Amino acid sequence: MTMEAPIVLVPISLQVNGEPVEAQVLPRLNLADFLREHLSLTGTHVGCEHGVCGACTVRVNGDIVRSCLMLAVQTHRASVETIEGLSDSGEIADLQASFRQRNALQCGYCTPGMLMTAQDLLKQHPEAGREQIREHLSGNYCRCTGYQAIVDAVEATARTRMERPS
Amino acid sequence: MTTAATHSERLSVLDRPNSYIGKTVPRPNIERLVQGRGLYVSDMVLPRMVQVVYLRSPHAHARIIEIDTVAAKQVPGVIAVVTGKELSAVITPWVGVLSHMKGLKSAPQHAIAIDHVCWQGEAVAAIVATSRAVAEDAAELVAVEYEELEAVTDMRTALDPGTPVIHASLGDNLAFERHLDAGAVDQAFAGSDEVVEADFVFGRHTGVTLEPRAVVADWSAAEARLTIYQGTQAPHMVQNIAALHLGLQDSQVRVVCKDVGGSFGIKVHVYADEMATYALSKLLRRPVKYVADRVESFNTDIHARDHLCRGRIGVKRDGTITAFEIDDLTGIGPYSMYPRTSAIEANQVVNLVGGPYVAKNYRARTRVVFQNKNVMCQYRGVGHPVACSVTEGLVDLAAAKIGMDPVEIRRRNLVPDDAYPCASPSGLKFELLSHHAALNRLMAMMDYDGLRAEQAALRKKNIHRGIGIASFIEITNPSAAFYGVGGARISSQDGVAVRMDATGAAICQTSITEQGQGSESLTAQIVGSVLGVPMERVRVILGDTDNTPYGGGTWASRGAGIGGEAALQAAKALRSNILDVAAAILQSTPAELDIVNNAIVNAGDGSTRIELSELARIVYFRPDTLPPGIQPELMATRHFVPRDYPFAFTNGIQASWLEVDTDTGFVKLLKHWVVEDCGTIINPQLVDEQIRGGVVQGLGAALFEKCIYDERGQLTNANMADYLVPMSGEMPDIDIGHVVSPTAETELGAKGAGEAGTAGAAAAVANAVNDALRPFGATITEIPLTPQTILTALRRI
Repeated sequence: MTMEAPIVLVPISLQVNGEPVEAQVLPRLNLADFLREHLSLTGTHVGCEHGVCGACTVRVNGDIVRSCLMLAVQTHRASVETIEGLSDSGEIADLQASFRQRNALQCGYCTPGMLMTAQDLLKQHPEAGREQIREHLSGNYCRCTGYQAIVDAVEATARTRMERPS
Repeated sequence: MTTAATHSERLSVLDRPNSYIGKTVPRPNIERLVQGRGLYVSDMVLPRMVQVVYLRSPHAHARIIEIDTVAAKQVPGVIAVVTGKELSAVITPWVGVLSHMKGLKSAPQHAIAIDHVCWQGEAVAAIVATSRAVAEDAAELVAVEYEELEAVTDMRTALDPGTPVIHASLGDNLAFERHLDAGAVDQAFAGSDEVVEADFVFGRHTGVTLEPRAVVADWSAAEARLTIYQGTQAPHMVQNIAALHLGLQDSQVRVVCKDVGGSFGIKVHVYADEMATYALSKLLRRPVKYVADRVESFNTDIHARDHLCRGRIGVKRDGTITAFEIDDLTGIGPYSMYPRTSAIEANQVVNLVGGPYVAKNYRARTRVVFQNKNVMCQYRGVGHPVACSVTEGLVDLAAAKIGMDPVEIRRRNLVPDDAYPCASPSGLKFELLSHHAALNRLMAMMDYDGLRAEQAALRKKNIHRGIGIASFIEITNPSAAFYGVGGARISSQDGVAVRMDATGAAICQTSITEQGQGSESLTAQIVGSVLGVPMERVRVILGDTDNTPYGGGTWASRGAGIGGEAALQAAKALRSNILDVAAAILQSTPAELDIVNNAIVNAGDGSTRIELSELARIVYFRPDTLPPGIQPELMATRHFVPRDYPFAFTNGIQASWLEVDTDTGFVKLLKHWVVEDCGTIINPQLVDEQIRGGVVQGLGAALFEKCIYDERGQLTNANMADYLVPMSGEMPDIDIGHVVSPTAETELGAKGAGEAGTAGAAAAVANAVNDALRPFGATITEIPLTPQTILTALRRI
């Protein structure tokens, strides 16, 4: 650390779950800490802080990212979506119901990131089968379930969505 | 499902219309978690709360010469920088021993090291600041002068005369030793046709809870009371330990446990940095939050299973196993962990080896040694995975030696299903197990003969697949025999209070805790079934020492069996009280009435007499209308602890089907099966998911997970990129079957299921890998089975 360097707050302006947010942040602040500590959006979880476990997965301009590996200043003029936003919009209500029915979570700590990643797969590949689901979720660690229930829940949602007239 | 025993008359309370017992229903607390609206300790913020960061020793073994905190204290935002010596003014050290672990010794451990650091990662100073980032900045300015000491890292030489003694006051590095000699072992080996021996090596690994350990400690100087928010499995234990070492009464400490981001035994202990955080809150008179980062988690969350175990088995040509013998060695780090001690795992290994089998001749020695690595202690399965891997590895080696099928040798040696009650050579008492029923069920589920044919056909194409089988026993529902008898203030009983509110809904307070297993669900299922109200009308409160009965919590597969029985008895008592009131109101008798679907009904024809909401209204708001002399008690509390058996043993069997790439050494898991007998099943889905999750943790140990230390005691892979855990892409589907042998010790009949998966998974995989490699004459008795280990055994590298 260099104590001599002046600490300069950077103004950022972004959308979070559809709401405009204006903030002054330190350049070193990562997006996960910004969401959790500045905006109190604690559904984004921090598991490893080095981009491996996937618990902090959020959407930035429609793409899923590890919010622990992105700086808050990088989201200037971006649209950020968290689990709270996806829950309130109803976008993943069916996926969440499937997780609930299949008990696809135990402690629930990985769940917001897991849902983000699963929804990303289902948007890109609505027809995804078990192998593809397992592959796509491989960047999201779960220590409780052993994954099978999660794969089942995502697969069931994929099937239901495929059968549903769009 | 096979029912090995029936207790239909005893289960009558649960076998009611609309009973939730044996039904898959979603957990009531799950919605907030799928919406990301849980409350984990790491999410918590309190007024005036500050954050603590611990500066940790970079050396495995060193003397602290000097700590200079002046520069750090000048950083804007820093509240305090506190050394171990300064903190010792408010917290006393502890020694992790229990009297029933005869001879177990350990040295006093401080919340923050004073003078002497004993592992890389031990805290040497606390930096408290307005934010974690500021505290981390300041931590870099704390100057610590160390005198590095020789580190004791290799457990095999820890007891050698030339090896430095870590704690001079103890005289040597031996923490605990146990010998067992049952039957006539030498005679049995002499009378065997073959004796097979192998060295089993286990990789030290850890739980990797996805939420790191976290605590918020809030000392109220005005109330002289400490509130601890912590994701613990045992709130009353934490209450007692915190009070004891801070010089407080238990009643001055409240422990609150909200949502917990994974636990698996990692969060059943009290860690030095947590103790330091409680003490800092008292010292600074404000809330202090500590959240471990991932590097700290790897360096300070307890490790487990660092064992070297030499095993011997004697066998006759007809497959009869004559004797088992083990010589086990384990390194537990520099201290026996507090308060559960680090001798339990080795003790369990001695207790459990050979447990599923008839052989009565068994000799064992275990030695538990100190070393300058992170502490080891109880992690999911506690000793079971080691004992099971040694036992099942030896059984397979014996079978191979005499040319017998691995299933056949088990069939000939597993304790018969009609032999109960009986005891093991190590003295374990078995009430009722079902090894053969489980084996038969497994054979049917996996199509064993079909897989053998497939294996043979593929071998001709140079594809090497293997089948591995592992039978196991599991300790569940522990009585006071586990900790209480050794002097630990860790409760083995649990309590449940159930009351009916003024709308006829039930509120239930239980001393078991929830970390995602489904404690809340099983409690609501039992209470709802007994009371005759839907689960939605049962609210369960847990994890708060101010607001639940006193009890042990959730660990050692005890929640359903012990806490569930307390819930059952409490609900029965409340039901009886409700029927008494109803009889008075309706001028009937309790025997003529029942409660079904929120209403008092005629027991005979089921017709509704009065809604519970109406009964509650009368009781709470118009008691003047009740007959004279009636004082309704719409609240009942019951406690339960097993007394007949020290533990309710369960049993099961696992099988692995996998493929080994003999060019790369990679193992592909194709399928895994488990048949398990946990007695009465309360929620089939939750039981199966406990088993699956447990299996996958065992698969991680089998293939990936290892804390890799160098010779100086440096943990070289303390991050998630280098320490590998199972990912969804490489895990197989896991099929689960059940045999049901309820324990007669309780009306519920439930035994534990939380650790069964972990107990046998690695053994099944290791046996399957060796089965696949049999044409190459390679045998591996070491986990994790990394590509390097496999290629080395194949002499490819």
